[in-house]
Amino acid sequence: MLLLALDTATPAVTVAVHDGKRVQAESTTVDPRRHTELLMPQVTAALSDAGAARTDLTEIAVGVGPGPFTGLRVGLAAARMLGDVLGLPVRGVCSLDIIARSARHYAGSPFLVATDARRREVYWAGYDASGARTAGPDVGAAADVVAEHGDLPVAGLGGTRYADVFARLITPEYPSAAELAAGVADGTLDVVAPDPLYLRRPDAALPSARKSVLA
Amino acid sequence: MTAPLILGIETSCDETGVGLVRGTTLLANAVASSVDEHVRFGGVVPEVASRAHLEAVVPTLHRALDEAQVGLDDVDAVAVTAGPGLAGALMVGVSAAKALAVALDKPLYGVNHLVGHVAAEQLENGPLTEPVVALLVSGGHTEILQVDDVATAAELLGQTIDDAAGEAFDKVARLIGLKYPGGPHIQRAAADGDPSAIRFPRGLTGQRDMARHRYDFSFSGLKTAVARWVETAERAGDPVPVGDVAAGFQEAVADVLTAKAVLACQERGISTMVLAGGVAANARLRELTQQRCEAAGIELRQPRFSLCTDNGAMIAALGAAVVERGLPPSRFEFGSDSSLPVTEVLI
Repeated sequence: MLLLALDTATPAVTVAVHDGKRVQAESTTVDPRRHTELLMPQVTAALSDAGAARTDLTEIAVGVGPGPFTGLRVGLAAARMLGDVLGLPVRGVCSLDIIARSARHYAGSPFLVATDARRREVYWAGYDASGARTAGPDVGAAADVVAEHGDLPVAGLGGTRYADVFARLITPEYPSAAELAAGVADGTLDVVAPDPLYLRRPDAALPSARKSVLA
Repeated sequence: MTAPLILGIETSCDETGVGLVRGTTLLANAVASSVDEHVRFGGVVPEVASRAHLEAVVPTLHRALDEAQVGLDDVDAVAVTAGPGLAGALMVGVSAAKALAVALDKPLYGVNHLVGHVAAEQLENGPLTEPVVALLVSGGHTEILQVDDVATAAELLGQTIDDAAGEAFDKVARLIGLKYPGGPHIQRAAADGDPSAIRFPRGLTGQRDMARHRYDFSFSGLKTAVARWVETAERAGDPVPVGDVAAGFQEAVADVLTAKAVLACQERGISTMVLAGGVAANARLRELTQQRCEAAGIELRQPRFSLCTDNGAMIAALGAAVVERGLPPSRFEFGSDSSLPVTEVLI
């Protein structure tokens, strides 16, 4: 087994190569505006670091969000194309679950994962102490999430960004492709189709009534 | 020896295009359009377009391969639109193209969308004899380019300073109760109208404007003039003569576009013009361009409509020109550039 894992649903671009037992190579960069530039060079570097050729790959795992749409699509477009051309299965995983799989070690109790959805909102999901998802994924105002779920520990950049609302912050801030690969390899992460979790409709206003151009 | 097989991917606006080209021979031109999803918004919604690209790019790739009856292993290089265009839409194509290039282990060329429109003409009528002046007119673009070498040297002579011509068609269509996209509906309405019944203004053609904006266009004043004319008629309780308004508007657009493009040819001593872009489907624009080029001794070249609108074959055609010239592939770290200047044919 040789698994290529990647996620672009947050400001991080994270890539890992996993052989079914352990991570062979991984890299994570953080730059919310350069996903297109960073992703595929990181993929080729990870393959090279793992001493593997693209034709050695047996499956692909990709974070399906939720996350800012433009960056999210960079990862999904690449994962779907690689899977299609190389003839490999593409496993989708909720990006919040990837963060939760890392964060459960630090929580010691039920916890939340929140990433930045901009406009004072977060993409969020709730987990029990073992890291099993119990609520979400959803998108909403940080304050509403706290009002509904109380003062739980929060992992993800949404916690840091809205630290005025979320009091108890735990790591990590970003998903790790190494965690994604490990969770897909050992079957502990729920796998879905590699389709984007947008959770919001496109911003688009229907045309308004004509305005007068005469004085 | 046969020329290398180039695959082109285009996602700069609302068309997902994948084309296959050898040299200047067209093998496939598969396009998936999200235009129907934009109709109720009266224009292209970038996020709607980007979502559609993600869903369409892999299926469109396979349609192109089927059409050309080739396999992925036959592809020698991949070309993709790096810009200009809608930022989020471009990124889907660039990311997919990078993944395709890695999966195939083939070189990748990020190329300029505008110059791609010019390269597409080579698929219709064979190699261009540069220099040429290109008049590109669509919903997103209205430019006059000078192309000295389609693979390496293009220059912007003029462009719209406000709305694109296609945008003006869409807005005027709405004013007179016609549907989106405005181009075909206005053309149909204009067929029943008198183009000289109402004279609408030709933007940036006055003496002072011709000094500062010699090859530039402006359509927002024209749109406002149509709005004023229609509203004045409505206030007076007169029926709006939709055919005459459509014909007068269409005539104003075609007149200014062709006059300035012909002028560019004459002043630059260039004897070939290429007409491309979605608005090049407009019959009156084609007719007037042809008449004026003939009168000025300019050879007019225009590809069929499916090569005029945004498509992947035009990107493959430009990729083929770049590969034929032996130019190096793009640095793999390149990103899309929504305002890529036309001087950057290859990034």
